[in-house]
Amino acid sequence: MHDLIPITALGGTTAHVDTIGDTTLTELPDIALASVAARAGQETACGAKLRDMLGADAPAAGKAVFGDPFSALWIGPDQWMISADFATHEDIAAQVSSRFGRCASVTEQTDAWVCFDLSGAGVNAVLELLCNINLLQFAAGDSTRTSIHHLGCLVTCIEPDRLVRIMGPRASAGSLHHAVTTAMTSVA
Amino acid sequence: MIINHPLLGPRDSAEFVYLGAATLMDRPDPDTATAEEWHDYGYLRDNPAGPHRELWFHEGGDRSILIVTRNTTTHEITAVELARTVGART
Repeated sequence: MHDLIPITALGGTTAHVDTIGDTTLTELPDIALASVAARAGQETACGAKLRDMLGADAPAAGKAVFGDPFSALWIGPDQWMISADFATHEDIAAQVSSRFGRCASVTEQTDAWVCFDLSGAGVNAVLELLCNINLLQFAAGDSTRTSIHHLGCLVTCIEPDRLVRIMGPRASAGSLHHAVTTAMTSVA
Repeated sequence: MIINHPLLGPRDSAEFVYLGAATLMDRPDPDTATAEEWHDYGYLRDNPAGPHRELWFHEGGDRSILIVTRNTTTHEITAVELARTVGART
């Protein structure tokens, strides 16, 4: 019998939390992820399935839709990242795939990403050191892929200038954490 | 240099990777192409001083490939299209 201990993306047994100055960076290990890509010619059918699943139209380019249990980010033309609570959706790819059938390709992404919430008054001061998002127009529900510390990251605005979610490559979780906490220290 | 992405709006060119002339999309038919056609496709390029259609990959973004029409003498960009929509038309 294997006796394995689950660890977070940063290698701890509990989520890492850093508070520097007015901003807090919280590691989020409890998010299950799967990507959905509409197959050629199936875009309309795939959009209808997404509407069923999310209770809203699939997010357009540069947007996110928050729902319960499923949320979605636009990540590319006819591609979305679906997220849900890990405790109830550990097998998210199988759950999502069974809804889409043959109209979309679904790929497990849970262990490919590290998720952080960056919160606190004035998080834009941190973000402007990290990436080239147009923060004046970065409104709630906006989600974009950008480069942070040379890492392709998905940045989602939940509350402007107060709460953003940053998802980056899990294999570089430590580097991304270093980059964000360094920027937090700079503005503290 | 700013590239006006058709879906995401103006983006810094640092997010992109240059993939060469847009003529690379017009690959010869593998079933019928001659060696000379493959040679032209693989090695021969125009080198215009002026507007040039070229492929840019949005690597630090949504990972779509764009066809950017850029003036090689001024860097002025006059058109940006998604390669997938251009490819679907041809």
